[in-house]
Parts: sequence; structure tokens; C-alpha cells
Amino acid sequence: MSITVYVPIDSSALSLGAEKVAKAIAAEAETRGVAINLVRNGSRGLFWLEPLVEVETSKGRIAYGPVQAKDVPALFDADFLKGGQHALSLGPTEEIPYLKNQERLTNARVGITDPVSLDDYLTHEGYRGLKNALKLAPADIVKQVTDSGLRGRGGAAFPTGIKWNTVLNAPADQKYIVCNADEGDSGTFSDRMIMEGDPFVLIEGMTIAGLAVGATQGYIYLRVEYPHAYKNLNAAIAAAYKAGYLGKSILGSGKAFDLEVRLGAGAYVCGEETALLESLEGKRGLVRFKPPLPAIEGLFGKPTVINNVISLASVPIILDKGGDYYRDFGMGRSRGTLPIQLAGNIKRPGLIEKAFGVTLREILYDYGGGSATGRPIRAVQVGGPLGAFMPESQFDTPLDYEAFAALWAVLGHGGIVVFDDTVDMAHMARYAMEFCAEESCGKCTPCRIGSTRGVEVLDKIIGDEQRVAQLALLRDLSDTMLNGSLCALGGMTPYPVLSALNHFPEDFGAAKTEQAA
Amino acid sequence: MTQHVWDKSAVTRVIAELQDQPGALLPILHGIQDSLGYIPPDSVPLIASALNLSRAEVHGVITFYHYFRDTPPGKHTLHLCRAESCQSMGSASLEKYVKEKLGVGFHETTADGQFSLEPVYCLGNCACSPALTVDGEIYGRVTPQRFDEILEEARGQA
Ligand SMILES: Cc1cc2nc3c(=O)[nH]c(=O)nc-3n(C[C@H](O)[C@H](O)[C@H](O)COP(=O)(O)O)c2cc1C
Ligand code: SF4
Ligand code: FES
Repeated sequence: MSITVYVPIDSSALSLGAEKVAKAIAAEAETRGVAINLVRNGSRGLFWLEPLVEVETSKGRIAYGPVQAKDVPALFDADFLKGGQHALSLGPTEEIPYLKNQERLTNARVGITDPVSLDDYLTHEGYRGLKNALKLAPADIVKQVTDSGLRGRGGAAFPTGIKWNTVLNAPADQKYIVCNADEGDSGTFSDRMIMEGDPFVLIEGMTIAGLAVGATQGYIYLRVEYPHAYKNLNAAIAAAYKAGYLGKSILGSGKAFDLEVRLGAGAYVCGEETALLESLEGKRGLVRFKPPLPAIEGLFGKPTVINNVISLASVPIILDKGGDYYRDFGMGRSRGTLPIQLAGNIKRPGLIEKAFGVTLREILYDYGGGSATGRPIRAVQVGGPLGAFMPESQFDTPLDYEAFAALWAVLGHGGIVVFDDTVDMAHMARYAMEFCAEESCGKCTPCRIGSTRGVEVLDKIIGDEQRVAQLALLRDLSDTMLNGSLCALGGMTPYPVLSALNHFPEDFGAAKTEQAA
Repeated sequence: MTQHVWDKSAVTRVIAELQDQPGALLPILHGIQDSLGYIPPDSVPLIASALNLSRAEVHGVITFYHYFRDTPPGKHTLHLCRAESCQSMGSASLEKYVKEKLGVGFHETTADGQFSLEPVYCLGNCACSPALTVDGEIYGRVTPQRFDEILEEARGQA
């Protein structure tokens, strides 16, 4: 029997040379006349070890990493196909503490299965949620999701069950399920990892959503920056159609659900749900006024569930194991697990799915091992470009929506970007304003004009021109943006700006300001 | 402005294939850019009439989205990440190096027509910052030295 070897096809693994490694392993096996079964899996999310190669042995899967193509002959010499010792040996994959200490519910299969093999999905508990859902009345499916306590993972943390219930109760001849796969926040990649590493779980989640609210058409709005996700999603959708998991009559139930992937075109604001719907309709991504809510008048004016990738990909396990099972993870009103994305200047970056409640410090040091440069960690930005910068004094905060809100910070999509002590926080504040100016949809003045003014004001502060007056102006401007913007792009840009200013005043010339005052 | 010759039949083919979908404009624009590398300004009337839109509407959509371009790109397109995670790992100095090495700024193409340079705000490769793509191929932990190798590799391709 041939030996199964896994080499990830995840984008980040590819970015470190996984394709060359896969080719080298195939070639070397051929030269040596050994039969291997090369599987291109998703990533386990241990990115400092990528490309991470695994071999299936009698003792389970054994890992090696980080492997480069030039290491391959030596790995064969060390008999890695039987789990032999080599300098790159990491032992049994599941025993690596970083992985072992996680609670992987949504990412249960990512890195384990062949992402585009429906058979693999089915043998790893796939589609059990859908099969349960097919036996339930729509309101009972919604109830499971409500009971799970799941809140939207796209940023706003709105209870998913409540959103679904609104769509369920909105009478209409056509309803839609839209998946927000725009993942524009820097420091985030969990949507990508699901779509590349286990696309079926998203497809299953969307199908269940369709059954729950009576929607027969789904769209995945995917950012164009994710070509590998596009490929795997389409391959998985085709396989699901072929086997009757999508289409006119899902598993012969008589209930229909069709699904299609649509590509964005590089506009951050199209991650905002109403701008996304405009974009799907073929227009500029301008934010809509609310009400009406998308749940009442969404895509093409019809009731629409719009949810983030992780929200939807968490639904299958809820329908498989029950809302209570999922709710038992977490703390306070933050139930279940969060795929935390640890990125930036960190020794061990990766995907860490944990129940809510783990602290930032545990993530940064127990998992992350401190900064990559070895210098002190000075700040982290949590929740993407609209999230606050947090100083070391806040590192004991548990990852929990309310605990973050209490500090005027946001958990958002769970991305954590780490900066060491060389970071210039005035520069980061300026960048936040610049980003807002670049990406503003232009519909409202506080955001469109305010962000451009914000860049000018910060340039003056950095250039030490009328510092005191400009700092007062910056606070005024932030206030206007906070209170007067139509959406969170303008409305939350003050989070990174003011948090930088409040926690790191020395970077804004605080000493000089005091002298002048 | 220089006028470029472009393949009209490719455009009409894309339009014919996609125009009946709901919300067909973005898929059509992607289809055209995929086959020609850009969206020729002269193709706007064709798109507009097929979708019953005004030219101004189509033009407005093309200019709204950073990804769509109305001039032909170089042989290879580089997207360099400028977002926070990559900044934390030195993307600003990499950016400086790349611009000097290529002798172009963002949204420009090298004089030999080989490389177009575009900024991008996150490639989802933040665990391996700094990141860039060349013709959609992604690279992580890019140092100036690694960048030189990547360029050589791209130059070597047919
Ligand atoms: C400027 C802006 C960008 C956003 N980008 C995203 C995004 O990339 N992905 C996402 O899921 N939600 C994003 N959101 C949040 C969405 O508007 C919306 O809350 C989300 O799609 C709802 O899904 P959820 O309830 O499952 O989180 C963004 C919001 C704003 C204001
Ligand atoms: S805040 Fe900015 S992005 Fe949001 S609607 Fe206003 S102008 Fe558009
Ligand atoms: S910030 Fe550069 S890849 Fe995400």
C-alpha cells in the first residue's frame, strides 16, 4: 500500500515554497521507486513551521517542518516515509502543543483532509449537520443557532440566530444567503484558511442557512486577492452539485439550494454588508442607508441573510452536535470559539482556535513566543484596520466582546497584529487615516473629508507644526467621524487613531506638548 | 492618450456569455480584464448597451474598484502589501527597495514593459509578512534578497 504524504496547498504555505516541496517529494519518490499518495491539504496554521509536511504512519501523522525542496532527499534518506528521525522532525502533529491546546470546532478538519474531496469530508463527520437540518422545521434550525449563542464573526458580533429569524419571518417569493468572504481586514486570514482548507464546511453552512430561512440561492462574495480559495470553492461546489448536496433537490428532499462564487475587485468598503450587496448587484460599492435592514430588503431588494465565512462555517457543527454543545465553550455573552489569527511581528504566527476567554497575553507569549525580532512587544492591533491599538498594560484582557468594548477596543474578526518597540505610533495613526481616505466610499462627509484632513493634521503633528492646536483638532475631527459617519469605516477609524494617541502620547511629542502648555 | 489595439471579439464573447446573470457587470469586467489584462475604455459603450446602463455608470464602476485598470499592464504585475501586519515586519523598507530596483512608483510600469507595480492592502498572508504577489503567485517573508530572486524567476518565465 502506498504511503500518504501531506503537503499543504494553503496560500501561506505556498508563499513559503510548498509547491516546490510537493514537486520535489513526488520526483524523489519516483526516482526511488516508492509509491506515495500525495495529498494537498489545508494548513494546520502553524506558520513558522510551514511548509509543514506530514506522513501517515501506524502511529498517526508525523510532522516535519519547515521543509524546503532542498531538504527532500535527506528526508527520504532518513526514512521519513516511516516517520524516521531527521533534524526537521516535529513528532506526531497532534501533539504539537500549539495545536494540541486549541479547541478546534469550526476548523476541525482544516489541515487534516483533502479540501476538495467530498469523500474525505464525509468520513470526517461532514454533512451530518445538514442531514439533521433536513429533519427539522425551519424555525427549529434557527432555534439551534439562536441557542448556540453564535454571534457574527465578521466584526459586529450580532447574534446570528436573531438575524436568521428576521429573514425567516419576512414573506417573499425569493430570499438569498450571502456569504461575506471579503476578508479585507489586515491581520486576518481565517476565512481564507476555511475556504482553501475546508470549503465544504462553508457550503454546508450556507445550505443549512438556506433551509432555515427559505432561501434557494446563495452567493459567496469573495475578494479577488484569494485565487486559491476561488479555485477550491468552485471545485467543492461542483462536487457538491454532482453528489446532490446542492441543486434542485438537496439529498432528494425536494428543497433547492443553488450556490455561486462572485469576485470582488479590491475595495475594502465592499466588506461592509450593504456595500457588498450593491457590488453583487453590479454597482459601485456605496454603503446603503439603514433601515431597511438587509434581512428585510437585501440583495435585489429581497430578504437576505448576510454572514461572515466563519459564522456560516460554524453552523454545521452546531446542527450536528446541538446548540448547547457549542454554547458550552466561551465566557459571558461570547459563546463558542474564535479562530484567532496571530500575525505581524511574532515568533510563532498562526491560527489559534480557542474558546472565548483566553487572554491576549497567553496568545502573545504562550502561543506566539514573543516578538519575531526578539524585542519587547509594544503594541498590538486587534480587530483589523479599524481596531484599537492596545498597550502592554491591557494584555491581560480576555478575548471577549464585552471585555474589549469596556476598554474601547474591538475583537472584530479576531486578527491580532503585533508590533515591537520600533513602531512609531504617530505613523500608525497617520496610516489609519490614510487608509480611510483611500478606501472611503465617499458617501458621507465626515469620512470622505475628515480622513483627508486627518492625514494633513497628523503630518503637521509629526512635523512638529503647531502641535498643541493640531492635537486638539485631531480630537475634534475624530469626534466628528465617530458620531457623523454612516458606516464603521469612517465611524471607527478614530479607534486606531485615538488609541494610539491615548496609549502612546510620547510618539506624538507629548513631552514637547507639555512644555508648550 | 495612447490608444491601444484590443481584441473586440474577446469582449463581445465575454459579454454574450455573462450578460444574462443577475448583477452581471462585475463578472463581465472580470472576464474582460482576465482575457485582455485591462478594460479598454473603448469597450465601455459595448458593455453599457448590453446591460442597458449608461456609459457613465459603467465608467463609474470601473473607476470605483482598485483592481480594475483601463491601461494595459506590464508583462508581470506585482502587488505589494502595504497593510499593518506587513508594516510590522518591515514592508516600508521593502517597498522602498522594490521601487528603487524597478525604478517605478505604484500604479506604474517599468520602461521595458516587464513589471507593473500596484499597492494592495492585505493579501491574507499576514502570518508570513511582508507579502507580495507576482501574477497572482504569493510570496511571504520577502526580504530584498528574496525579492531579487523572485524578479529573476519572473524574468526567466516565457
Ligand atoms: C468597512 C467595513 C468593512 C467590513 N469588512 C468585512 C469583511 O471583510 N468581512 C466580514 O465578514 N464583515 C465585514 N464587515 C462587517 C459587515 O458589515 C457585516 O457586519 C457582516 O458581514 C455580518 O456578518 P456576521 O454577522 O456573520 O459577522 C465590514 C464592515 C465595515 C463597516
Ligand atoms: S463612513 Fe465612509 S465608507 Fe462609510 S458610508 Fe460614509 S463615506 Fe462611505
Ligand atoms: S497585512 Fe500584508 S498580507 Fe495581511
